[in-house]
Amino acid sequence: MFKTKSLTSFVVAGVAALLVLAATPALAADVAVKIGNFTFGPQELKVKSGTTVTWTNEDDIPHTVVSVNNFRSKALDSDEKFSFTFATPGTYKYFCSLHPHMTGTIVVEAATGSNTPPR
Amino acid sequence: MSTHDHDEGPSRRKVLECMTWAGTGVLWTVAGGVPTSLGIIDQALAQQSKGFTFLQISDSHMGFDKPANPNAKGTLEEAIGRVKALPVKPSFMIHTGDITHLSKVSEFDDAEKIISEARLDVHYVPGEHDLIDPEIKLYKERYGRGTKGPGYYSFDANGVHFMGLVNVANLKGGGMGSLGDEQLEWIEDDLKGRAASTPIVVFAHIPLWTVYPAWGWGTEDSARALGYMKRFGSVTVLNGHIHQVMQKVEGNVTFHTARSTAFPQPAPGTAPSAGPMKVPDDKLRTMLGIASVTFKQNEQRLAIIDTPLQS
Repeated sequence: MFKTKSLTSFVVAGVAALLVLAATPALAADVAVKIGNFTFGPQELKVKSGTTVTWTNEDDIPHTVVSVNNFRSKALDSDEKFSFTFATPGTYKYFCSLHPHMTGTIVVEAATGSNTPPR
Repeated sequence: MSTHDHDEGPSRRKVLECMTWAGTGVLWTVAGGVPTSLGIIDQALAQQSKGFTFLQISDSHMGFDKPANPNAKGTLEEAIGRVKALPVKPSFMIHTGDITHLSKVSEFDDAEKIISEARLDVHYVPGEHDLIDPEIKLYKERYGRGTKGPGYYSFDANGVHFMGLVNVANLKGGGMGSLGDEQLEWIEDDLKGRAASTPIVVFAHIPLWTVYPAWGWGTEDSARALGYMKRFGSVTVLNGHIHQVMQKVEGNVTFHTARSTAFPQPAPGTAPSAGPMKVPDDKLRTMLGIASVTFKQNEQRLAIIDTPLQS
């Protein structure tokens, strides 16, 4: 009995998660980047313009998220977050200003129809 | 090595000296690491009392409260207790950065309160953790008065020229620690006209030699700085940042990193990344500590003794 019930809720949770995942690109909803073990994950991310990306620091050491001339977070302590909404298509390289060997890229594509990256 | 470099290469005699020194250094490291061998420690302390001695502490990370050490304040207090208990009072202390964890006023206050208990002059350089308040002004207000740029300066003591450098400001994406052009020019200028026989001690937060680039443990433009020091007979470089003792001798330069007083970090490449390393509670204090540095007239190398908080 117990087994069946937990299996059911697992399936339900799984389906719900799939629905959320499936909805993400279409709605240009929030996308998460994890900061862990001194790396940004995923290191490179493609999103539609209008997408809000949220970085969460999962390390025991503070990090920052800095893209020169675009955005700059404060120092994020453990579990703190930083969000930025990418309104303009383009390639955004960023790094941690405390540990500059940590780098990442967000590629923002036009939200409308075509997949051609804007110039 | 090309023949062109040959003239600058170490002479046979120098190599032998260096080897002798390395042997002694190992012995002293062991002495620092095994305080149960009291005979050796007494010997080391006796050596220490014959010269001019200063202390190095590093990476106190006031405000750090994660599992790797929930009581970084307590271990800094213990480290300062060690300093106070030294049989011979050192001339002064240097702190090689990461005084605080998050550059908060309360963290700077706590550090000041504990470190001042040692009743020694303290010469600071900032770590990257000391420059993250929103306006990046707290470190300089407290410790950087009269310094240049983000906080570099030099001073003389007992015939030794000390240079406190900053390699944690304005870092560029994809790089490591950096001194920057302005500071490099100042270094060149500051050394101009000094006798080559003047012993030089350089201290900065991130190691000035490349310890492990994959973790950013190095300073990308340090070669230029060390180039200006080539003509000096004795150069000692003291760093922190990596929270473990490491030493390297290259020609006239001795590089040394001190333990943290807050938490250990893994040896290069032994973990997925750098960062606070959780060790069993009874091992923590063997991986934290202080360093004392003794300069003796007519000896090229300074004697460095690392002492952990607990054997």
